Amino acid sequence: MTKVTAPRTGTRTPRAGIRTGARTEPTAGRGAALRVEDAGISFGDFRAVQGIDLDIPAGEFLCLLGPSGCGKSTLLSAMAGFLQVSEGSLTADGVPVSGPDPDLGMVFQSSEALFDWMTVQQNVTFGPRMRGRSRAEQNRVADEFLGLVGLRHCADRYPGQLSGGMRQRVQIARVLANEPGVVLMDEPFGALDAQTRQVLQQETARIWRASGCTVVFVTHDIDEAILLADRIAVMTAGPAASIKSLYEVDLPRPRDESDPAALRLRTKLREDIGEEVRKAMRDQGLDDRGLDGQELDDRLDREAKGA
Amino acid sequence: MTITTTDATDPTAPARPRTRPRRTTTAGPQGLRTVGLYVLAVLIGLGVWQLIAMKYGPSLVASPKETLSADRELAADGTLGNSVIASSRRILIGWGLGVVVGAPVGLLIGQIRIVRQLLEPYIEFFRFIPPVAFVTLAVVWLGIGETSKVVLIFYTAVFIVTLNTSAGVMAVNENKLRAAASLGASRRQILQRVVLPSTVPYILTGARLAMGNSFLTIVSAEIVAAQVGLGSLIWTSRNYGRIDWVFVGIITLGILGLVYDRILRVIAMRVLHKYGAKV
Repeated sequence: MTKVTAPRTGTRTPRAGIRTGARTEPTAGRGAALRVEDAGISFGDFRAVQGIDLDIPAGEFLCLLGPSGCGKSTLLSAMAGFLQVSEGSLTADGVPVSGPDPDLGMVFQSSEALFDWMTVQQNVTFGPRMRGRSRAEQNRVADEFLGLVGLRHCADRYPGQLSGGMRQRVQIARVLANEPGVVLMDEPFGALDAQTRQVLQQETARIWRASGCTVVFVTHDIDEAILLADRIAVMTAGPAASIKSLYEVDLPRPRDESDPAALRLRTKLREDIGEEVRKAMRDQGLDDRGLDGQELDDRLDREAKGA
Repeated sequence: MTITTTDATDPTAPARPRTRPRRTTTAGPQGLRTVGLYVLAVLIGLGVWQLIAMKYGPSLVASPKETLSADRELAADGTLGNSVIASSRRILIGWGLGVVVGAPVGLLIGQIRIVRQLLEPYIEFFRFIPPVAFVTLAVVWLGIGETSKVVLIFYTAVFIVTLNTSAGVMAVNENKLRAAASLGASRRQILQRVVLPSTVPYILTGARLAMGNSFLTIVSAEIVAAQVGLGSLIWTSRNYGRIDWVFVGIITLGILGLVYDRILRVIAMRVLHKYGAKV
């Protein structure tokens, strides 16, 4: 594992061997490359993020990691086309992102994003239906992607009748049904219990391999990032957040949290984020002296749990 | 009286309606209890009414018995039935038009800022003017026929539906809109497939409130020159000094309102429960 310090532009690291194995069974569209150059996002006078440089090659799984409120989700919203960058540029396969696009799918943290009045099947086929695909094509898509997330038996149920974990599976299937090049995931498992979260993390790794899309995954859970990512981008504390550092995670998949290399990476990431948390506390006028060792660990754990 | 308790899980029941609201509140011991309490409340009400009638005498308060016989009298010569039909017709037409016009206007107000800015001042102005204030103008402008009455009911219904609908549009979850846009839906498709269904519970609430308003308005709408109708019955009874007829009119109005509201709720539960309508 190598630490590459941001900003880093243009230099693409050769992909690890595991990736090529993954590419042998692409069922959906191939990934699209995202490129963020010196991008900043402001809301009036408030600068949420600035000076972001990210080069995400097609098919990569990138985690955006950072303390709460650092602008990870803001950056992700810009990648989805919900927000416009106020400076710099943001392109997908060389085309500037100018608005929401079926090629840039978004899995939201809250399952409120599902359409409660539609069945699971109708939710999943929403994209193809809006684009006028035939009924046969819609059924094929529903069958394929509900199968992929293991929800074929729930096709006729309504989201309100499903558990939180199942609802997030529906969201994932609904996005994949558009066969997007990029899947953006905004803390998708943040509201789930620990067991469900673990199962869904493994499923996400499997689904990503099967689909071959590029994934940008926002989280504040260090372990989740290590489990899933090819690369981890750590963000500085906001406001005016930027990328602090980039980590290459070349651990074999499926990954094991107790792998010594994973543990070493975990320690480094904790130090990195810990620094940002301390900085944020100083900015908020809180005293950080004496906040070390166990106390910092506790605080990071609380952060990771979304407290 | 025998109470048979049946197990709640019926193996032949379809598995789907797990989250359906409790529809059959009258089933089971709990339901019997509820019905029993309703009956008790009505009996107590009748008792109190009887006591008051005995204290003040028939010239001020008609007793339940006198009201019942007046009811028979009015039903026998057809006055009551015709009044119910005439008033119902005005209410249903006026209210129906109010919902049909109010809901789309509310959708547009909630969705398109310029429409909101253009119409909001008028809505905020007129919703404070009660329909009774327009009775004279309605008669002068629209004559003494059905039109003036229906228009007054429409007036009382349309604002509440519009306001509720536009509030519903503004309350649509932002993530739902973003999800739809990012799945490739056009603006029009988002309005039809996401905004409208999300707003259904609000439209429904607006429609129920509007129905209440229509009943409040029907009496004043029939003040002037209505030959027949529950409001007109109440007004003309005054001229004949028939307190018992007034009582019949008032009670019929209340029961009719209750029945219409129940019908609306049943329709809402059957048809619209999947839109999240809580009734």
